[in-house]
Amino acid sequence: MIWRIEVALKEDVRDARGDRVRRELAHHFGVNIGLVRTIDVYTVEADLSREEIDRVAAGPLCDPVIQTVAVNRPLAGDFHILVEVGFRPGVTDNVGRTAREAIEDLTGRRFSPGEGVYTAVQYLFTGGMTKSQAEEIASGYLANELIQSCRIVPRAAFDQEKGLPVLVPKVTSSAEPKVTEIDLEVTDEELVAISRGNMLALNLEEMRAIRDYIGRPQVRAARRKAGLGDRLTDAELEALAQTWSEHCKHKIFAARIDYTDETGECRVIDSLFRTYVVGTTTEVRRRKGQEDICLSVFKDNAGVIRFNQNWNLVFKVETHNSPSALDPYGGALTGIVGVNRDAFGTGQGADLLFNTDVFCFASPFHQEALPPRLLHPRRIFEGVVTGVEHGGNKSGIPTVNGSLVFHPRFLGKPLVYCGTGALMPAVVNGRAGHEKKASVGDRIVMTGGRIGKDGIHGATFSSEELHEGSPVTAVQIGDPITQKRMFDFLLVARDRGLYQSITDNGAGGLSSSVGEMAEDTGGFELHLDRCPLKYSGLQPWEILISEAQERMTLAVPPDKLDEFLILAREMGVEATDLGEFTDSGYFHCLYRGRTVTYVEMDFLHKGVPQLRLEARWQPPRTEEADFPMTEDLTDTLCALLGRLNICSKESVVRRYDHEVKASTVVKPLLGEQDDGPSDAAVLRPLAESFEGVVVAHGICPKYSDLDAYAMMANAVDEALRNFVAVGGDIDHVAGLDNFCWCDPVHSERNPDGRYKLAQLVRANEALYDCCTTYEVPLISGKDSMKNDYQIGSTRISIPPTVLFSVIGKIPDVRRAVTMDVKRGGDLVALLGRTGKELGGSEYYDLLGIPGGTAPQVDAAHGRRLFKLLNEARNQGFLVSCHDLSDGGLAVALAESAFAGGHGMEIDLSGMAGAEPLRDDFLLFSESAGRFVVTVRRQDRRDFEEICGDIGLCWLGEVIEGRDFRITGSDGKLRIATNIDTLKQAWQAPLKDM
Amino acid sequence: MSKTVRAIVITGNGVNCEKEMALACRLGGAECVDIVHIAELLAGRVTLGDYHFINFPGGFLDGDDLGSAKAGVNRLQYAPVAGRMDHLIDQLRAAVAGGKLVIGVCNGFQLLVKAGLLPAIDPNNERQTVTLTCNERGRFEDRWCWLQVDQESPCVFTRGLERLYLPIRHGEGKFVAESAAELARIEEKRLGVLKYCHPETGSATLDYPWNPNGSQAAIAGICDPSGLVFGLMPHPEAYLFRTHHPRWTREPGLPEEGMGLWLFRNAIEYIRQQLL
Repeated sequence: MIWRIEVALKEDVRDARGDRVRRELAHHFGVNIGLVRTIDVYTVEADLSREEIDRVAAGPLCDPVIQTVAVNRPLAGDFHILVEVGFRPGVTDNVGRTAREAIEDLTGRRFSPGEGVYTAVQYLFTGGMTKSQAEEIASGYLANELIQSCRIVPRAAFDQEKGLPVLVPKVTSSAEPKVTEIDLEVTDEELVAISRGNMLALNLEEMRAIRDYIGRPQVRAARRKAGLGDRLTDAELEALAQTWSEHCKHKIFAARIDYTDETGECRVIDSLFRTYVVGTTTEVRRRKGQEDICLSVFKDNAGVIRFNQNWNLVFKVETHNSPSALDPYGGALTGIVGVNRDAFGTGQGADLLFNTDVFCFASPFHQEALPPRLLHPRRIFEGVVTGVEHGGNKSGIPTVNGSLVFHPRFLGKPLVYCGTGALMPAVVNGRAGHEKKASVGDRIVMTGGRIGKDGIHGATFSSEELHEGSPVTAVQIGDPITQKRMFDFLLVARDRGLYQSITDNGAGGLSSSVGEMAEDTGGFELHLDRCPLKYSGLQPWEILISEAQERMTLAVPPDKLDEFLILAREMGVEATDLGEFTDSGYFHCLYRGRTVTYVEMDFLHKGVPQLRLEARWQPPRTEEADFPMTEDLTDTLCALLGRLNICSKESVVRRYDHEVKASTVVKPLLGEQDDGPSDAAVLRPLAESFEGVVVAHGICPKYSDLDAYAMMANAVDEALRNFVAVGGDIDHVAGLDNFCWCDPVHSERNPDGRYKLAQLVRANEALYDCCTTYEVPLISGKDSMKNDYQIGSTRISIPPTVLFSVIGKIPDVRRAVTMDVKRGGDLVALLGRTGKELGGSEYYDLLGIPGGTAPQVDAAHGRRLFKLLNEARNQGFLVSCHDLSDGGLAVALAESAFAGGHGMEIDLSGMAGAEPLRDDFLLFSESAGRFVVTVRRQDRRDFEEICGDIGLCWLGEVIEGRDFRITGSDGKLRIATNIDTLKQAWQAPLKDM
Repeated sequence: MSKTVRAIVITGNGVNCEKEMALACRLGGAECVDIVHIAELLAGRVTLGDYHFINFPGGFLDGDDLGSAKAGVNRLQYAPVAGRMDHLIDQLRAAVAGGKLVIGVCNGFQLLVKAGLLPAIDPNNERQTVTLTCNERGRFEDRWCWLQVDQESPCVFTRGLERLYLPIRHGEGKFVAESAAELARIEEKRLGVLKYCHPETGSATLDYPWNPNGSQAAIAGICDPSGLVFGLMPHPEAYLFRTHHPRWTREPGLPEEGMGLWLFRNAIEYIRQQLL
């Protein structure tokens, strides 16, 4: 029986959802619609009586105070055009899932296979819209046609008695499970065609390696014994492709690179990852010796450092760029709940503590025509922010730190970085909390969600550029509640010692999670037919590599299995025994007792041939432009404050719960009116201790076109500046590098691949140079190497971007320092050196001035500066401290002033250095390694003593009033305004997003 | 029962403030504080009757997918409890009838309202008469708000308090009564315990951002006529220490103890005097 239930707001109740749509449509399409009302539609296919369905409709589905409900009749009446948006078959429908559970509770009966609830939303438009406009709005705003379908009905065509015909978006597949064999004894062209045609993203050499493997006589003999033929099965090829994908194997970072620098000198780099990333950590750990804070680096789902004797800190940052380009909401939501699983599934499991998010978009006010298949940046902005909002808030994890970065070339691919930190007991059941190991004989148990076709080929898809055939199945929608239930359950299971190892099912699904865990034992036997499915019709290979969300894989000792499964059932979590970890040496999957994969673990994990790549560095010409300075720089400062990379992000930040768990001590918004921009977050995770966690980041894609070395160095410096500004201890901090690059592999279609690879090499050099000098170990990271858009002749490559995130400690959160000035009369000082290095600066960009020199980082100087700031913090001298980044000194002073609600009287004459700079350069240079601090007048001498020769410059004072004045080095007044004007300029651009 | 105050904090299915809620109960003086997953209640191993103080913390029950807390209410009403004929809602009503204290914060408040436990002016009518719906601006917001306390209210949680400063963190917090008459009854019986107010004047306000969601009569929290069942959208468990205050680095003289704790102290003090 199929029932259609409609729920509408009563007529006199304001429709907040409809109003938002109306406002957004005015922005996007310039159409002014009189009224938008919305109706929720539930299509229930289940064996229910009329009496039951009436109770369901009036009960869990309807709020009687504000809503009305109807069964099998329409509620829409007064409208011109109706658009109903529902999901396509197989797309995750969280509301439908909850409705099903509610109905099951209410009737006391479980749904049978094939029964389900499907949801849709009706939008009723009144006033001024044609059908063709409605079509445009439906596909361009209301629905994402990759995952949703629309029905558009004008009033005249609407059946007032029956409403819209019932539509059940059920997956109907009668496909019989079968295993296809693939003949690899073919020409090179055909090998490439097989890879391309099956979305494998394997290159010719890799295809050849697989062909050679399957041709080995001893391999064939072993296969025959296992009941397989001489040809590879589809499941085997798919498993190899995902294990060997760029996403999972990081082949470019592992490649052998012939690097030629600008002088023509050549050298070979054998793996960027080993040389620079691992190299950094090895060197830093050696230098720190006894003071080493690292516990688990690069081997688990996330990095682990020591917090105190009883607790460890876990941190991981991921990207979810390609899925977010296709479906911003689902992509970002999946990104955040996905990285939650990474942090959770580290060691024996960790309690989630906080989220971070950094997005890189093109301007939401982009006006030019869009290339095909790209979504408007404003839509991406809204979708991604909502996705992270739902993912973070519904999971009950505070989002404490983040950024929005804008650059025109992020039109080609937005970058969506999601990070999660967690707290892990140092010891769990007598074992080190950060260690885990599956044993031979342990059961392979999958918990959480079920498997569908969602996310098939996610790993290989993200290893390619965005193109015409990018698969719909790569899109997934996360389900934070299913995941939250699973985490609640797993924490209990962890503390009861019910499992030995845990990992998440992310990219590559079971193939990846089981394959990786089985490295502990040297093999496994997995029964794919035992996997719980969302719907029938999945092929064995699809079950193996599906990236359906909210799943963790565990190694459960056989004697704990019953207890584990009973606990899961009680807590409403699905858990299934799928097989066993063995020492057979084989990646062994079966379906209904028949072997479908039988690949040597060794070949799977170590058989991928090393890439050989060429890199050629040619520095771009960076001529210094000559241009006159405007005498009055007040308007310039206001214009800078209103630039997208500088302006207030409050409208976004407030949508994230940044204080659930009651551990957030320095929040993202602060100051007199709780709206100033915090440099970093401070958390106090344990109520019994004042020890704190500090989280910060740096990201500087704007320097990439000048020099990727500077881009990387500035990102590291910015992250550490932010970290130290709030009081983080420079001797107790670790870094995570997340590289997002445009394709650095040279080909006909990618003629400047060698240059992009050289940029990558230089960024890695900078990472090593800076982090070893700062003595900051790297503990985890990720790379996403194909952030390009290519359709037809249009190619858009993102500026190479590294997000550098840091996590560390402050010994006592009560010593934390915020960026807002506190009171009139305090002295204002600049720490650090200012140079004429305005290449890539917001100031040059504002004026349209090309070229210039990117800021150079002096890490040795930076480390000394950070140390003395730590000392000043200990002695309580820092009343406020703010790092200088986008917009330079003037912007930092303005932000500190208006956040604190006090004006400033500033004089630049003290800044005259060895090489005198123009006032505009002094004010807007973005030189690294600088801070603005305010200090009590009586502390001046003591503070100077701490600073020594570091480059301290007294600039003036905080004043009681609201005036903001800066006098130039020659005594001329350069900026004269007040903090309210400045704040307004800073708040205006994104206020209504 | 022995002479210890027993508090239960109910969690599971998307609840996410259970730890700080339990901490608030402990700091407020409760000797025994159990965080209990609803699965334990449904398994019949724990019953609400064993506690003096029942806490429904904030979160997103079932993702708020059917409207905030709707599926959660449905579970209380219908999910079977092992070994018993009645449901959790019956245990809860029995606790209320027995004079136990109940608090619902944010999602917990939504749950109590939609289960008909608040304001519950007519003792024998379990009907829902008010609701909490989408914020006027249509967005989730995290924002600290000033709250005026009605000192004439029967609420035992707010005894002796005048003003509170607490964060709201919700997308569905707009208080709406089913009719003007119902709203008038709530006001007349002084059940609108907490009202969003202007920070300077201290008077209740309908203006954003001080009234962050457009609540009718600026209502942020209500109690039942007994004053023992209390629900509020702002999060008292989010202000237990000085360092929770958003401006603790700039406002000298803030006490070490946060204002949110006062509500829990009052509740536990009441239990100690009346129920032990």
